[in-house]
Amino acid sequence: MPVTVNVTSVIQKVVDGQREFAAEGATLGALIENIERVYPGFAGQIMDEQGEIRRFVNVYLNDEDVRYLGGKATPLRDGDTVSFLPALAGGA
Amino acid sequence: MSDQTATRSEAMTPDEVMRYSRHIIMAQVGPQGQRKLRDAKVLVVGAGGLGGPVALYLALAGVCTVGIVEFDTVDLSNLQRQVLHQTPDVGKPKLQSAKEKIAAHNPHVKVVGHNMPITSDNAMGIINQYDIVVNGADNFATRYLVNDACYLAGKTLVDGAILLFDGQATVYEPGKGCYRCLYPDPPPPGLVPSCAEAGVLGAITGIVGSIQATEVFKKILGVGNPLTNRLLLVDALTMEFRTMKLRRDPKCPLCGDTPTVKELIDYDQFCGTPPLVMPGVAAAAH
Repeated sequence: MPVTVNVTSVIQKVVDGQREFAAEGATLGALIENIERVYPGFAGQIMDEQGEIRRFVNVYLNDEDVRYLGGKATPLRDGDTVSFLPALAGGA
Repeated sequence: MSDQTATRSEAMTPDEVMRYSRHIIMAQVGPQGQRKLRDAKVLVVGAGGLGGPVALYLALAGVCTVGIVEFDTVDLSNLQRQVLHQTPDVGKPKLQSAKEKIAAHNPHVKVVGHNMPITSDNAMGIINQYDIVVNGADNFATRYLVNDACYLAGKTLVDGAILLFDGQATVYEPGKGCYRCLYPDPPPPGLVPSCAEAGVLGAITGIVGSIQATEVFKKILGVGNPLTNRLLLVDALTMEFRTMKLRRDPKCPLCGDTPTVKELIDYDQFCGTPPLVMPGVAAAAH
């Protein structure tokens, strides 16, 4: 179930500096687990201690917020793009 | 856009017609649109990386009442990106520097300076003076404060944020989703770095700031499709622009079906951040 993963600059540092890479997972939760195996520390950027998606991180399946799809249980399909987007506050 | 409309002459002077001619000849602007721009009152929160290009483009376009909330002074490290300020301004209040630059660009513009941190105590009083608010804040506490105040005051908030090579922009219309719908909780302190900690590409302030100014113009003119309900993502490394769906969250504590935030709160406490202090002034969220 290969999907394209997009990350922003903040997360880039834990995935070997990549902006975009391929990963697999039948669901969003499985995808995050699989990425964590390759890039330890990734899941901690996205999930809290209870294993829930952090409330200041938005995860999009294509252009849709996964909170309105099924959260970690959101099924993924070949060719999907999953974007991980922590809040930014910079403006100065 | 505002009560001031009634007090202004409807006719533009020959100087104004010449100055704004490239806008006036556009079908989407015309003389009527130019007068709408002139009579609009826009508040810019912060006169830094984002607020600078926003304020400049508003002024250049003839938005003749530009409010700026800023209490900081110009630092040498600002000059890599903050187009309102120049080398001789180092050490000068940013508000003074902003007023001088804007006056040089367009003397018809009245800059209303709010030389103070925006706080839960003064936010409603400041924001209620304007038609549209533009967010160029540099911290989460101010972002939640401005979001809440705009919703409670019924004002459009044109939001933007930057870090490293990333930018985001959107427009929050009251009742159609807000910053809390997008990010229900702020990150714990230290988990998301600031521009001062991680860095920011100078030019991306111009990209995102120009997008924010464009959204303000569209709102004033009533043209085009605003970024409402869409989050624009700018990736300067790949130079890709993407938009994500942004919805009003029925569970949002501010604009949801059963709101619990009905007035401004303590945003430093909410964000778990120490209050920033203006010299000689009590601590406040900025």
